[in-house]
This record gives sequence, C-alpha cells and structure tokens, in this order.
Amino acid sequence: MLRSVRAWWRRWFTGLAREETLAGFIFASPFLIGFLVFIAFPMAYSIWLVFYKWDLLSPPRYVGLGNLVKMVQDPTANLSLYNSAYYTVFAVPVQLVISFTLAMLLTQPIKGRAFYRAGFYLPIIVPAVASAVVWQRVFHPEVGILNEVIGWFGIPPQKWLWDPKLAKPAFIFMSFWMIGRQMVIFIAGLQSIPESLLEAASIDGAGPLQRIFHITIPLMTPMIFYNMVMAIINSFQTFIPAMLMTEGGPQNATLFVVLNIYRNAFQYYNMGYASALAWELFVIIVGFTIAQFYLSRRWVYYATE
Amino acid sequence: MVTEARAVPRARAEVSWWRRNKRKILRALWLGFLQIFMTALVITFLVPTIWMVVSSFKASTEIFAHPIVWIPKKWLWRNYVEAATILPLGRFALNTLIVTSVATLGTVVSSAIVAYSFSRLRWPGRDFFFGLLLATIMLPEVVTLVPRFIMFRWFKWVDTFLPLTVPYWFGTATFYVFLIRQFLRGIPMELEDAARIDGCSRFRILWQILMPLSKPVLATVTVFSLIQHYNDYMNPLIYLNKMELWTLALAIRTYNSQYVANWEWIFAVGTMMLMPMLLLFIVAQRYFVQGITMTGFGGQ
Repeated sequence: MLRSVRAWWRRWFTGLAREETLAGFIFASPFLIGFLVFIAFPMAYSIWLVFYKWDLLSPPRYVGLGNLVKMVQDPTANLSLYNSAYYTVFAVPVQLVISFTLAMLLTQPIKGRAFYRAGFYLPIIVPAVASAVVWQRVFHPEVGILNEVIGWFGIPPQKWLWDPKLAKPAFIFMSFWMIGRQMVIFIAGLQSIPESLLEAASIDGAGPLQRIFHITIPLMTPMIFYNMVMAIINSFQTFIPAMLMTEGGPQNATLFVVLNIYRNAFQYYNMGYASALAWELFVIIVGFTIAQFYLSRRWVYYATE
Repeated sequence: MVTEARAVPRARAEVSWWRRNKRKILRALWLGFLQIFMTALVITFLVPTIWMVVSSFKASTEIFAHPIVWIPKKWLWRNYVEAATILPLGRFALNTLIVTSVATLGTVVSSAIVAYSFSRLRWPGRDFFFGLLLATIMLPEVVTLVPRFIMFRWFKWVDTFLPLTVPYWFGTATFYVFLIRQFLRGIPMELEDAARIDGCSRFRILWQILMPLSKPVLATVTVFSLIQHYNDYMNPLIYLNKMELWTLALAIRTYNSQYVANWEWIFAVGTMMLMPMLLLFIVAQRYFVQGITMTGFGGQ
C-alpha cells in the first residue's frame, strides 16, 4: 500500500513529471473550483433541500419525505408532467420528420440552396423572447395572422392560446417553426453519405424510394438519434414560450414542468418542494436518455462497427 | 395514304424521343416543382419574422385593422423612438452588452485554459475529472437553479451581474470545454515540444501557438456563447429585480404585459433584438453551421 503510494508519488511528483502535474492542475483549476462551487455544491445542497420546507424567510424546517409525498400527489405537478409529456410526444416526432424532409429536399440540385437553408434557419436566429411575443400575436384570436390564413381556406377563426384544448397544439405548431438546427445536422449528415453508394444501388435497380429507405435512412440513423435525444431534452425544458405567451394558462393547459418549478421556487417561495420537482424532472430526462441509448442499439447504425 | 405513311415513323420517333428523355424530363419537372414548393415554404417560414419587422413600422390602427394590413401606409420610425423612451431601452441594451460580452469572454478564455489541461497535459486524476466534466454536459440547468439562487443570495449577488457572468469564468460551460479539447487533441504534440525545448512557458504555448491554430473552434464557441447569453431569460428573471439592471430579453416582458395596447412597440423591441443576431449570422454564418455540425458529431 505504502509502496504503491510512493510509486504513485514518484510517477507524478518527481523529476520532469512534477512540472507537468503542477501545470495540469493549474490550468484545470478554473474548472476544478468552478465544478465544486457552481455544480457539485449546488447539487448536494439541492438534495438536502428536498427534505426541508423553506421559504427563505423563516428557518428551514425538516419535513422528511414530505416534499416527495406531496410531489407524487400534487395534481398541479402531475398536470405539468402530463403537459410536458404531451408536448414532447407530439412535437418531437413531427419536428424530426419535417427537418429530415427539408434536409432531403435541400440536398437536391435546386437553385439557390444557400438561400433556402438560411431562410429555414432564420427562426433560430430570432431571440427566443422575441419569437415568443411575436407568436403570441400570430395566434391572436382577432388580429392574428394565423386565423387570417386559415380563413382563406374557409376554416373559422380559433382562439388558440386562449383555448385550453388548442393551447398545447399551438405550442407544438410553433415548435415546427424552429427546426433549423436539426435541419443543419441532417444536411451535414446527408452530405457525408458517399455518392458511390447511392449510384451502386441505382445500378442494381433500386428506385428513389428504395434508395431512401434502404441506404439514406439507415446511414442517417446516428443523426436521427442525436436530434431525437436533444429534442426530447429541450422539449422537457420548455420555459420561455410558456412564461411569456400564456403564463401557463389557460386553465394550466400550458403549465410545463420548468414553469411549475419556477413558480414554486420564485413565486410561492417553496424552495424544498421546487428542488424535489427539479430532481423529478432530472430523473425523467436521464431515464429517457438512458432508455434511448439502450434502444438505440436496435436501430442506430454506426458505420465503424 | 401518303400522309399516313409519313405520320407513322414520326410518331415512332416521338415515342422513342420520350423514352430516351423520360428520365431527364421527369427530373426537370421534379426540380421545377421542388423549386416552387420550397420557395412557397421558405416564405411561409419567414412570414412571422417579416411580419414582426414590418409591423414595427405600423400605426396602431393598422395593427388592429380588419382585414389585416400587411404593409403600412406610412413607415413610422417614431415607434422605435417611443419604445426607447417609454422605458430606458438604451440602458437595457447596455446591460445586455455588458452581461453578454463578459460572460462570453469568460467562457472562451476559461474553456480554452481548461481544455488545454485536459487535452495536452498529463496529471493524476485527469481522466476522472474529465469524466465529471462530460457528465455535467447532460445536466439540465434547472436542477441547480434553486440551490444556486440560494447560494448567490447568500453571497449578496442578487441584483448584480455577477451570477450571470462569474460562473462562466470557471469553465462551467463544459460543453465548450469539450469542443475545444477535441480540437486541441488534433494539433500535433511536436509543435509544443519544440517550443518547450526553446524554453517557452506553458502559458505562452497556449496563447501564442495553440490559440491561433484553434481559431475555428474558438469562433464557434464565441458565436454560440454570445447567442446563449443574449437569449438567456431565466437567469436575468431570477437575479435582476431592479429595472436599471434589466437585459433586453427581460425587458420585453414589460412591453408585453403593461403596454398591451401598443403592439408596435413590442414589435420594435423584437426587431431591435433581432438585428445584432442577424448581423452576427451574416458575418459568422460559417461558424453557425460548423458549430452545429460539431455538436452533431461531438457525442460519438
């Protein structure tokens, strides 16, 4: 034991290695300190908070598993989970289909591809708060442009964000507008598919659809997988549109998880309970991500294997 | 009879012409259709943004008109002046500039330093700490939201820019550390060894040899960090209560609620917020795309 410690010491802290070890620690020190202060400590503190009731004014009070029990039973918390799940389940697959289709079409030899790509990417450039306030007005029941446009097709005006049944679908519709990132990743992926592979398939008599389903899509599965994982993580953390466009309404129809956490922490000053909710979200996101990595072995194709 | 006899070979010629060129014609038709379809689609995608910009010049009566007035009769620059005087918009812009630039500078500098240690130096525990760093990439910010607030409140940092800037000087934007590290690993060690033999300090190696070579990745990190901090809403919302400290992202909320009657102001503020990003996109488009593709392949 002592010998191995001594060997370890000699390996890292004597001669030339010593200087490098020292430099290594010095250059890594911002992260080592930052990790402790801004990540590790808050996480540990957050676990402690889960077992306390604290409004920041009176001293924290130990409640044991009280917050966790409350969390499981709280209809508002469960509704926020349902809302986020609903949003994710309906928004993500369609986002992926739209962005993949756009990427496929934008790798066809049409004129002005750079312009189209920039156009589809532009919504990502618009600051999130600005797009939220603009879309609130796009959906406006009386003067919104969406009702105007659907009016051209004879559809009666809808109340969108002001209708509990349509508020979530409206959010989902808005999310289709912001698929630029996914599209760019798909385009990069499509461009990396060797032309020779598609030509070979063509010579063997594969039609366009067969080439898409038997060559392009299998080769694109790593990008589809990546986009899916990221989109799910992001969807579960939707906050800005909910906060700015509807404030969770109408009738809590757009009360998403992060908004509910924010409210419990910074409007109701329920620090312990908010921490419990945050951990619940964390566990769900990690669970989803691990499950997807597990399932990915069945459908994601890595060329190197 | 004669005419019929002539017609037959011509028809045959036509059929074979169609057969010979069938593929080309279908392809041309498909591409033509695609061109029209994509144009229509891209216009649809641009409508909300264009509508915002155009509406920022409309009179109130035009915004609330039925049916919709798409183009204003008179372009009212006045809306911008009004929006900037009703609330101290210049102040908000300055705050945004300070927070965004200080946080971005911190992100780039500290990420580069930390990435250097994790990519080109060997020290005990390096791989363990790098594992920790990778684990934090996936950590949603919301998990540490509440405890960080309590901690910063205890530091007396509420109603200052410190919570929005200081953490980024400590390499906590771990994803960017990871990106730079991947890039630095690709630079040959021989370059550094030669400089070491010449008596060059580690800091100078990083600053004068490695950083100039890493310009593409540094530019990507800068662009992404600028966007992130410019757009940040949650942190200013929690930490900046005093109006004179608000950032633009936070201020738009007030235009949105209190002055609901004057939509043209909201559109004007939105347009003003869009402009720096649009400029950044035009200047650094390459790095946007590069950054996204890097992130796309980063995890593998």
